Amino acid sequence: MLVVSKTRIATTLSICLIGLMFAIPSLVNQSTYDRLPTFLQHTVNLGLELKGGSHIQLEVDLKTVQKERQESITDEARKQLRKQNIKYSRLNVQQHENGSAIHIILKDAADASKVKKILSKIEKDLEITINNTDVTAVISQNSMDEFAKRIVGESIEVIRHRIDETGTKEPTILRQGLDRIVVQLPGVEDPAEVKRLLGKTAILTFHGVDEELQTIHAREGEKVQLPSKPGVMYLPEERGEGIVSYVPIKKQVSLTGKSLVDAQVSMDSRTGLPGVSIKFDSVEGTRKIAELSAKYLHKQFAMVLDGKVLSAPVFQAVLTDGNAQITGNFTMEDATELALLLRAGSLPAPLNVVEERNVGPSLGADSIANGKNATIFAFVFVGLFMIASYWKFGMFSVVSLFCNIMLLFACLTLLGATLTLPGIAGIALTIGMAVDSNVLIYERIREEVRMGIRPSLAVSQGYKMAMTTIIDSNLTTLVGSIVLYEFGSGPIKGFAVTLALGTVISLFTTFSLTKSIIAIWMRNKKEQEIEV
Amino acid sequence: MFRLHLIPYGTKFDIVGKSKYMLALAATIIVVCLSFIMFKGLNYGIDFKGGYIFEVRMPSEPNVPALREQLGKLDLGEVAIQQFGAKEDLLIKLEKPQEGEGQAAAIQKVRDTLGEGVVYKKVETVGPKVGSELVSNAIKAVTFALIAMLIYIAVRFEWQFGVCAVVALLHDCAIIFGMFSIFPLEFSETSITAVLLTASYSINDTVVIFDRIRENLKRHRKMEMSELINLSLNGTLSRTTLTATTTLLAVLSLYLFGGKVIAAFALPIMVGIIVGTFSSIFVASPLLKFFNIKREDEKENNRTASNIN
Repeated sequence: MLVVSKTRIATTLSICLIGLMFAIPSLVNQSTYDRLPTFLQHTVNLGLELKGGSHIQLEVDLKTVQKERQESITDEARKQLRKQNIKYSRLNVQQHENGSAIHIILKDAADASKVKKILSKIEKDLEITINNTDVTAVISQNSMDEFAKRIVGESIEVIRHRIDETGTKEPTILRQGLDRIVVQLPGVEDPAEVKRLLGKTAILTFHGVDEELQTIHAREGEKVQLPSKPGVMYLPEERGEGIVSYVPIKKQVSLTGKSLVDAQVSMDSRTGLPGVSIKFDSVEGTRKIAELSAKYLHKQFAMVLDGKVLSAPVFQAVLTDGNAQITGNFTMEDATELALLLRAGSLPAPLNVVEERNVGPSLGADSIANGKNATIFAFVFVGLFMIASYWKFGMFSVVSLFCNIMLLFACLTLLGATLTLPGIAGIALTIGMAVDSNVLIYERIREEVRMGIRPSLAVSQGYKMAMTTIIDSNLTTLVGSIVLYEFGSGPIKGFAVTLALGTVISLFTTFSLTKSIIAIWMRNKKEQEIEV
Repeated sequence: MFRLHLIPYGTKFDIVGKSKYMLALAATIIVVCLSFIMFKGLNYGIDFKGGYIFEVRMPSEPNVPALREQLGKLDLGEVAIQQFGAKEDLLIKLEKPQEGEGQAAAIQKVRDTLGEGVVYKKVETVGPKVGSELVSNAIKAVTFALIAMLIYIAVRFEWQFGVCAVVALLHDCAIIFGMFSIFPLEFSETSITAVLLTASYSINDTVVIFDRIRENLKRHRKMEMSELINLSLNGTLSRTTLTATTTLLAVLSLYLFGGKVIAAFALPIMVGIIVGTFSSIFVASPLLKFFNIKREDEKENNRTASNIN
């Protein structure tokens, strides 16, 4: 006799009921959903391709920042070597086995150990090798990775600020791999605005303008010969109407946008053109802008954003309250965008869009409807086939198959997993494969009956004999799907979750639910009535 | 009461005896598939190659050849235009990926070419780098998954079982990949999932038969190996076909009612299930014959008879 204890039956039924409770919110329409108690108001997280929206994969340009980092070390080293009067014939950043390295050729090999000391003082994570007069310094892999992690982390923060400023609801921003960031914007169909915002590093700097060199005006696209002077660089300023001015600015940064606390669009009181009012923090920023305006009082200075001069005005007064205004050749939109970017902060590294997927809401709704249909038909087909093959026992499987699907929805909801298109396909397939355990047991029971064992005993024998097979085959699948989840990405991960959940749940329904139903049904049956 | 029996009771097919032919057939198919994969390659979709996909509804019935020519002039690589469903619905694929700012410009160019009043249901851009990473990631994940399953089977059964299961699995994968190469099917990101599904179905199927072989090895200690494998195969044949049928039914409804994207995904899975079933019966199990599997009585001295039940 197949015996299942009362507590086990009770537990099984309550698990199924709880599952049903949590699955229902995902399956009912909006008005019914709104009437549900709040603790049940959770639905399956739909993937972007199902609910419509925009998926953008960004690559953080780590190479650029790493190069900048090495160059700043090199600059610092040059200063120190001069100070300590160490002679060298070469000091630069060079290509190296993996990436680049700082390379110094000394005049005197005796200085090598001193140089090593200087270098490690500047940056402690340098791996320094000395070969006679050659000193090579590479930033250690560990430190590079740490650095990359920090840069990507900071980028995510800035991206979040910028997207929040645009008013996009519920964006998902995730790190992927070493240097990738995935941004998902549900409900956004054309992410042009967001992409434009993310395409700007928005590094704002203030520089003095060199007084000896002239600003050179030219037509856009025209080749100009620019004079060179150490410590000075020419940067372009767009003047509108196809005119570009090249402004000679001092390389040294006097002030950065980092110490800003606020930025708002405002009108320039003199010209009536849109500009951006900025406010510096009360301690350092205010002091620095006061110093800068005192130093350049009645002289020209330049405001530079991402390598372009916004404007190069003259300080009219010393700014003591930390307030200033950025002017330039702005339209209203330009000014609004600049204010937003300055509020959200600058990106530590440039970002490149490497992948973009936009799905309109109508396509998503179609996919959901199709997925639903396919799942229902799969259930009906498989159900009919099971009933045709095993009659009453087939019906028991249909009941547990139904619970199986509900539990799967409940688990997806409670785990906060995201249902994607391959995920829906996974559910429909789970339906096909979930009955496998039942088939194994029923076939086993039939075999036992054919060997002459009486039916009631055959049922419990069948369960016992099929157990190892079911456990082995399901565990193999489970092991495979866990590994896939661990190492896979994107759709492979989503598939692995559905597969693993489907496997565990079908084990539960087979050994608890179907077994309970059969046990209850068999209680008052005579031997000849039991036929599989 | 009527019962549907796909396989009559008590079959005595000599599957191992015919395995020579079946293994030769499998080997031939593998060779054909592998040579297609090597010489013709896979028909990679935009997911892997990089490029642009537009799914649009045109305001009126479009002149597809003219549109193709216009889009071809944009220098965005090969243009593929497919009509699906209503005549106004187009799927446009452009195969030349750009980096950085070129992407937005390219999309704008296409929008300008298509004109006013177009509904953009889906716009996808994939950069050239993403694809190759996708391939290497997928290969890594699948390889590790295979190794993990091999280890599991080796631990639960004997190592020979693991080897045979993995050979059968490789056979399945070769055929699925071969199918993507031989027929004009596009290999996209979801196709990887189709391959994975096939693999997990096949391994599941193989384990069930192996389990019966293991059980029979304990029960019939003196039985000749080929005969024992035949006995196990015939014993599980009914279950093998039943489960294959229910799974095929589920995939068939995906194919028929799941819509365009899911249908493209269901087709290789259908083939996969058939191939996976074939390989469990005709490849994995007969191969065991060639290994010298230790019987229970030979190692009884080393360990007490284990009974999992």
